[in-house]
Amino acid sequence: MDRLFELGSEFWVATVETLYMVSFTLLIGGLAGLALGLALYTTRAGSLLENRAVFNTLNVVINFFRPIPFIIFIAAVQPLSRFVIGTGIGNNALIFALSLAASFAIGRIVEQNLLTVSPGVIEAAKAMGAGPFRILRTVVIPEALGPLILGYTFVMVAIVDMTAVAGVIGGGGLGNFALVYGYRQFEPVVTWAAVLLIVVFVQGVQFFGNWLARKVLRR
Amino acid sequence: MALVALRNVTKTYPSPERNAEAIVAVDDVTLDIEAGDVYGIIGYSGAGKSTLVRLVNALEPATSGSIIVDGTEITAIPERQLRGIRLRIGMIFQQFNLFNSKTVWKNVAYPLTVAGRPKAEIAARVDELLEFVGLTDKARSYPDQLSGGQKQRVGIARALATSPQLLLADEATSALDPETTQEVLALLKRVNREFGITMIVITHEMDVIQSIATKVAVMDGGRVVENGDVFEVFSNPQNPSSQRFVSTVVKGIPSPAELAVLRERHEGRIVTISFRDGDASQAAVFVELAAAGLEFELVFGGINDIQGRAFGHLTLAIRGSDAAIDAALAQIAARVDVTEVA
Repeated sequence: MDRLFELGSEFWVATVETLYMVSFTLLIGGLAGLALGLALYTTRAGSLLENRAVFNTLNVVINFFRPIPFIIFIAAVQPLSRFVIGTGIGNNALIFALSLAASFAIGRIVEQNLLTVSPGVIEAAKAMGAGPFRILRTVVIPEALGPLILGYTFVMVAIVDMTAVAGVIGGGGLGNFALVYGYRQFEPVVTWAAVLLIVVFVQGVQFFGNWLARKVLRR
Repeated sequence: MALVALRNVTKTYPSPERNAEAIVAVDDVTLDIEAGDVYGIIGYSGAGKSTLVRLVNALEPATSGSIIVDGTEITAIPERQLRGIRLRIGMIFQQFNLFNSKTVWKNVAYPLTVAGRPKAEIAARVDELLEFVGLTDKARSYPDQLSGGQKQRVGIARALATSPQLLLADEATSALDPETTQEVLALLKRVNREFGITMIVITHEMDVIQSIATKVAVMDGGRVVENGDVFEVFSNPQNPSSQRFVSTVVKGIPSPAELAVLRERHEGRIVTISFRDGDASQAAVFVELAAAGLEFELVFGGINDIQGRAFGHLTLAIRGSDAAIDAALAQIAARVDVTEVA
């Protein structure tokens, strides 16, 4: 317990780092994933902007990257990270890798949720003379908003999970804190402090997500 | 010139299986829908009714043939221009297809927003439409808080928002109970009368046609097998498919099973006499039979009313000498249709 108090400032820094990584990943990966999901949804057969070539390409790319274990993915995209953001290590490099990995997962989740929108409703909008982009913006996304919020909540919890391996490329965060100061120094209290904080954070996110989805769905 | 003119319109879909023949949903249909008509299209599921109506607002492109809507050939114009035409065609659906994320008010406002109307005009128009369908108090409700009949009334208000000339109704009452169906049909009738909006009404329910349509086309296997005035088609269907449909609502023609029972129960010759509005009155027929000294009884029958015109079928068991019956029937046959059924 005393050790935990000694590490107070490191614990605080690790917490902020986790929040930083999670929020930026959710922002960047979330937007990229939304774009990817919309592209998948609109180009699939029978959809608003049916395009077999685009759909198949996206499909293959996503299916290629999705099964790669994240810890290996981080190492594999390091050269790309150096090229795009100028560094292959640290929290920002992790955000880069994580945003990329998350956007593929989010793309799939967005696609699946958009597919729950009844084709009849889209047909009705078409029959009223609405164009494809207007239908996406004013019909498809609002109609799927509840499930989309739940999908993003699910992804956010997964992102918190994935930030725990930031240490492998010199990043920080609560996962790294638990491993470095708790596990490796035989301090279970320190490990558990990090675990509990992560649990509380995840619960908070899940609770907020459920509340928001319920509000949107009016149930 | 008809408001909607279909000329040899065909729609085929590629078969889901490789190398199999294409599926023909609509097969060489030629049909004229005049302004002010309530044109019923009836047929079993899979007859091509839904596809046909989607060709009219180009939700489905025709494979071949010509479709002219209000003077514009719509098979030859680009998607962007079609959107403008769709603003002038309202559509309502079996499953209502309301936007669940929007209030009733916003649902009705949607097509007006698409049409780019100014805000003040949209507000006035939406209020007016909700008043018309009797849902002013539900403006702030969401579709999942409404009953089926209320949802369809929102659907109708939404379809009328841009003041279209043509309303397409795709099985609009098929998901509703009989009482609500009558309510919605009455509303559609008002829409036709008060605004003069032409309607194409797809249904598999013959009583929908009976209560609102002025013209009817019977579809079977993608083809229009019979079409014309509702009274004509109902009182004298020519095609076997039309006859089957008509028999579901027109009571009075005994089925083969019913005929067998009649045969067993009654002596004499069994004859069905079909009356149509404008034919000789029933009284004249009965006078004829009585004058011939024949004994007869009414064993089966019914009189129907379509748009104020009556027609019916009466089945009589007639007893007497064959020669006398033949002579009397020959007399009657000059005025009305007579069929010796058993």
